[in-house]
Amino acid sequence: MSYKILICDDSAAIRQLVKLILTTYEYEVIEADDGLQGLALAKKHQFDLIITDVNMPNMDGLNLVRELRTLPKYQFTPILLMTTDPDSQTKKEAKSAGATGWIIKPFDPDKLIAAVRKVLR
Amino acid sequence: MPVDLAEIREIFFEESVENLNRMESNLLELEKGTVDSELINSIFRGAHSIKGGAGIFNFEEIIAFAHIMETLLDDMRHEKQVITPSVIDLLLRSVDALRMMLLAVKEESDYDVQEVQACQNELKNVLNVPTKKSDEKESLEEESDEKATSESSKSSESSELKEPATSDTSTTGWHIVFKPNLSMLKTGNDPINLFDELKRLGDLEVKVDISQIPTFSDLDVQACHLSWELILRADVKLAALEEIFDWVEDECELHITALEEFSSPQETESPLEKSEEFIIDKCEGAVNQIEQPIPHFKKETNREEISQLKTAPIEHKKKVHHQTEANSIRVSINKIDDLINMVGELVITQSMLEQFGDNFDSSRISQLRDGLSQLERNSRELQESVMRIRMLPISYSFNRFPRLVHDLSLQLSKKVELKLSGEHTELDKTVLEKMSDPLVHLVRNALDHGIETPVQRQAAGKSETGELRLHAFHQGGNIIIQISDDGAGFDLDKIRAKAIQQDLLNPDDHPSEEELYDLIFQPGFTTVEEVSNLSGRGVGMDVVRRNIRALGGTIHVESKQGEGSTFNVRLPLTLAILDGQLVRVGQEIYILSLLSIIESLRVQTKLVNSYGGSAEVYKLRDEYIPILRLYDLFDIIPSTTQLEQGILVIAEGEGQKIGLFVDELLSQQQIVIKSLESNYKKIQGIFGATILGNGSVALILDVAGLIQRFHHIDFQEN
Repeated sequence: MSYKILICDDSAAIRQLVKLILTTYEYEVIEADDGLQGLALAKKHQFDLIITDVNMPNMDGLNLVRELRTLPKYQFTPILLMTTDPDSQTKKEAKSAGATGWIIKPFDPDKLIAAVRKVLR
Repeated sequence: MPVDLAEIREIFFEESVENLNRMESNLLELEKGTVDSELINSIFRGAHSIKGGAGIFNFEEIIAFAHIMETLLDDMRHEKQVITPSVIDLLLRSVDALRMMLLAVKEESDYDVQEVQACQNELKNVLNVPTKKSDEKESLEEESDEKATSESSKSSESSELKEPATSDTSTTGWHIVFKPNLSMLKTGNDPINLFDELKRLGDLEVKVDISQIPTFSDLDVQACHLSWELILRADVKLAALEEIFDWVEDECELHITALEEFSSPQETESPLEKSEEFIIDKCEGAVNQIEQPIPHFKKETNREEISQLKTAPIEHKKKVHHQTEANSIRVSINKIDDLINMVGELVITQSMLEQFGDNFDSSRISQLRDGLSQLERNSRELQESVMRIRMLPISYSFNRFPRLVHDLSLQLSKKVELKLSGEHTELDKTVLEKMSDPLVHLVRNALDHGIETPVQRQAAGKSETGELRLHAFHQGGNIIIQISDDGAGFDLDKIRAKAIQQDLLNPDDHPSEEELYDLIFQPGFTTVEEVSNLSGRGVGMDVVRRNIRALGGTIHVESKQGEGSTFNVRLPLTLAILDGQLVRVGQEIYILSLLSIIESLRVQTKLVNSYGGSAEVYKLRDEYIPILRLYDLFDIIPSTTQLEQGILVIAEGEGQKIGLFVDELLSQQQIVIKSLESNYKKIQGIFGATILGNGSVALILDVAGLIQRFHHIDFQEN
């Protein structure tokens, strides 16, 4: 059984790119276009990893992480934030929300896979 | 697995246009004084998304530009930047610049670098970032370079991973003390994963410190009570290690020292050798909750393909993106579901009819009829469902007007309020696309000639702000789009005078109001003394009408001097199908659009007058309607040439009426239009052709064209 990954981003191009890369490595990928939809899907499924954008309408990435961490089934699940601004402030916010780590945009396929492998062995 | 980056490229352009449109309309909203943080957030997200997407394809200039916009918007949403009309205007210009850059990249063409640079400099000025005086191109590159280094410093370090360390950092290995906070596991980080990463770099020795594990009663199973001391024997840079611990650096105590510094000269053996040695697998159980299967990484070729993505996106895009351009349409799931539902019904009806075929006798004829009428209903519904797929809300076209009106009113120093209604009215995608330019033209005209300047308006006792309304609605099988303003209206005397001056009208003529308005649509006609940038050259209204006619639509003007004008554009819902009336002339069958027919009647010969030899008119109530004998026009042998033995179909096109003389009226039915132009050539008076139930071809008549043709013949004969 392959790992199931949720990709949450309001940009269809980014979602499609992440999906393309991850499915090539035989991960199962499900898409959500904002935090609310991501949360609903997370409740419905059991994901092994959640990758989310920070800036999204309806519910942003940080709030999604906070919400997910309140759910027992996602207490220890790796959650990666995609961000273009990897400054210390962003990192601190990400950590205090409960994020596992971050992927810096723009990323190439190798970087994405390296990040995913860092949390999914 | 095919790696289709071209598809992602298409998605990127499509959603970037959507983002730009949203940014634009939100900026206009903002300008109205609606200060709403969600509005600014939404604009910010638009720029952010474009930047992120452009990153996939290394569109450096777009990334750099969007980045500056994003920075400004970020300041705005954090109230570090005051929102002024000039900032909004600059952002609107930036949206345009970004749109231009995107289009250029999409079509692999050039764009106005100077405008982009000017915009970028202004954005930087607002941000108080000193602009560089260097060459434009260079500064764009620098900008993106800066960005690249600042944002991907980590990646550049990680890419150096495999390279041998330079002399100044060369080392035989590293000593690492790693004490996670109790809560580290709760952010989804697993120390084992970190050690696995380290193991990839070289030989790893791991020693676990279990001294902090509390007594069983105090044990929090979700907390990390362990800490580790590690020795990594590998010639790697410190940055590579920091990269591994990047995600947890704030959640642990971490000390990394080069092995040389750590080992005292006397101590030759490994610092861990004295202590009890643990290998990773032994402590795994302590931190790892569930042993998960390792995913397969068998597909070497696929991985190679993927890593090639970043180097060769251009090749992919060139192959595919031209094919997919503008040929797609987004359809809501509901419409598709309807369609599937319809097909289901059709299958049921078909199987019902099939049963009759097996053993049919005359007693079941009424059931057969029921079945056939059900089939007819099904196919009509199916047809409607399919049609709906091509339907798009007119908002796609209306949405560009707030910006247009904003820019034009600034340019003309007029105050205009735009009111849109009926944006959800749907019409065929092709009609929508082809109507876009004529609508823009009508709006420009209304602003330029219709709505007066604030001073003029006040003098006329009106409010300073003019009103421009765009309204769309259904009427019968048509869509009506109204463009109305409360401006000056048309000056009929002026039109008349100009028309006489331009030889379009005889000074002795006394045309009706409607006929005068019709002159507006004549090529080259204008009442404006001075030609402005926007309009007044007299090019346009004739093109507008021609375009609308080409779509099978009509345009009418209603106006009252001093109170305003309304242009009514009537368009068919779709170009593919029309409700037709079949008429017979001799052995030929012609089709008229039901919408163009006013009435059909038996001719009373006493009401027919002929003048000038051949021209005949029919007195219908108070009107005289010219009679066109179709058999004459098409040069065919009719069943009768006696008017009283045939039928006169009174039809209307472009506000004019004509009586078409035919032998007989046949049925009314839905007609699938086949273009004559694309299969043969354009013929005035013929709209297209269709294939009838019996397989024969029938021509569809275009009433407006027939009227023009009729006048032409009339003129020649005289």
